[in-house]
Amino acid sequence: MSVIEVTNLTKYYGKSRGIVDVSFSEEEGEIFGFIGPNGAGKSTTIRLLLSLIHPTSGSAKVFGKDVTTHGPVIRRDIGYLPSEVFYYEGMKVIDLLKYSASFYGKNCTERMHELSEYMELELNRRISDLSYGNKKKVGIVQGLLHSPKLLFLDEPTSGLDPLMQRKFFDLIREENKRGVTVFFSSHILGEVQRLCTRVGIIREGKIVEISDIRSLQKNNYKKVSVTAEGLDQKAFDLPGVTNIQSENGTVHFFFKGNINAMLKKITSQKVADVTIEEPTLEEIFMHYYE
Amino acid sequence: MSATIFVHEFRARLKSVIIWSASLTALVIFLFSIYPSFSEEAALIQQMMSRFPPALLEAFGMNKLDLSSLLGFFGFLFVFVQLCLAIQAGNYGFGLVSIEESELTADFLLSKPVSRTQALASKLLAALSSLLLTELVIWADTYITIGLFGGGREYSASTLILILVSMTILQLFFLSVGLVISLLVRRVRNVTPYSLGLGFGTYVLAAFSGILGEAKLEYITPFKHLDPSYIIKNGAYDTPLALINGAVTLIALGVSYWRYIRRDIPAVS
Repeated sequence: MSVIEVTNLTKYYGKSRGIVDVSFSEEEGEIFGFIGPNGAGKSTTIRLLLSLIHPTSGSAKVFGKDVTTHGPVIRRDIGYLPSEVFYYEGMKVIDLLKYSASFYGKNCTERMHELSEYMELELNRRISDLSYGNKKKVGIVQGLLHSPKLLFLDEPTSGLDPLMQRKFFDLIREENKRGVTVFFSSHILGEVQRLCTRVGIIREGKIVEISDIRSLQKNNYKKVSVTAEGLDQKAFDLPGVTNIQSENGTVHFFFKGNINAMLKKITSQKVADVTIEEPTLEEIFMHYYE
Repeated sequence: MSATIFVHEFRARLKSVIIWSASLTALVIFLFSIYPSFSEEAALIQQMMSRFPPALLEAFGMNKLDLSSLLGFFGFLFVFVQLCLAIQAGNYGFGLVSIEESELTADFLLSKPVSRTQALASKLLAALSSLLLTELVIWADTYITIGLFGGGREYSASTLILILVSMTILQLFFLSVGLVISLLVRRVRNVTPYSLGLGFGTYVLAAFSGILGEAKLEYITPFKHLDPSYIIKNGAYDTPLALINGAVTLIALGVSYWRYIRRDIPAVS
């Protein structure tokens, strides 16, 4: 069953572009990575799905219900961690969390304390006294305390130290194991690579690629480095070779095509060293943005 | 209607309600405490007033009021109470949704399982309750002050009730007009200049309409819709003007609702 179903969703803020003709879907239990640079439309997409803003055209369904007409019902099972966290400055952490919990009509006290303890969040401090990282922790606890079925994480790790980031990822994996669907927006590819099963890449408001994370890496080009005596980079002038560079007798390039043809080329040289590896998501990503 | 939002909003305004109530209580006691000397020296006061420029008397509505009578004097000081109440209600109206948006907490609230209608209704009811609480304090304060400084003089109890009830109508007006303006302009970043502008602006219009004798201005200023000197003189509201006031309130609420449910909640970008 599709938890999120987005069809030709478009949002303009007056004349400025938010997202254009975005379509994708996310299945139950998936961790979907949504990658793009700042201003690509990641937050716009999430805010449309939460009906904080209204679409210019197109439609979106969450849990099979239209977001513009069934917002309140849908949001009962959604947890949302915004990219920038803002809370009522005068409130204490515990009061804010209680306020948040009071919307869901169930007892969230136990889960709230569990999460706060795990994230090392002090409950008796005032929101205005918290550092950005600590506010982010409030955001995490507030987004998870009602045990939602779908999580929207919008650049969730900014402001968290590496130790906390790891704890946070463990927490998300655990939630996911319990069947929670996760929509994870980020511009840091490493973390998407670690966590997600499928990714969508968004650029200037448009989806440029939706793919399984493995096949994205596999069906893409290989990263090849060859070290050989008297090597000339012209020797690798094959179709499918890009970004060729030579340095200290080593030639680096990307290759997409028949790997046998490439291997023959390499064995015809007096090879001292060779590596053929899958590119990191980072490199694939840069490729889409060039 | 969401009880949870109502409680949160009401609590957030409690401090402000206490400050407004205390200040207004002090204002009423302080101004009315002069009344005994006014009533005793009625002839002298009338003589003094006749030397004032008529325009000034018009502006403060003092020419229509007999300041030596209890309600006449109360009507004179009540204009200042009205001005303060207007600014308070304007504050709550302008800030009702705009504070949440400029401090960017609206994302938190509206990502919860509540509809826009519920959120707005709960916020409005909470603000209205805060205003009613302030008014309640003034009701009690008025009767106590009259008991203390009124010297046992006769006055029309029903007219006083009409004057005090007009507080609610006036505050509803400024609450809803403030709200609708905040939803029509691009973005309200600071509430106070708006509410002071609206309160003083319409107050000055009311004063001018007195000086100029310009009847048309009466239609647009709420202070004339609920002019205490008219109520004291006639023992009733100026019905057409009071109806205009009520109509503006209703239209403002309707337009606010229509704007709010279609609104894109602003975010940092």
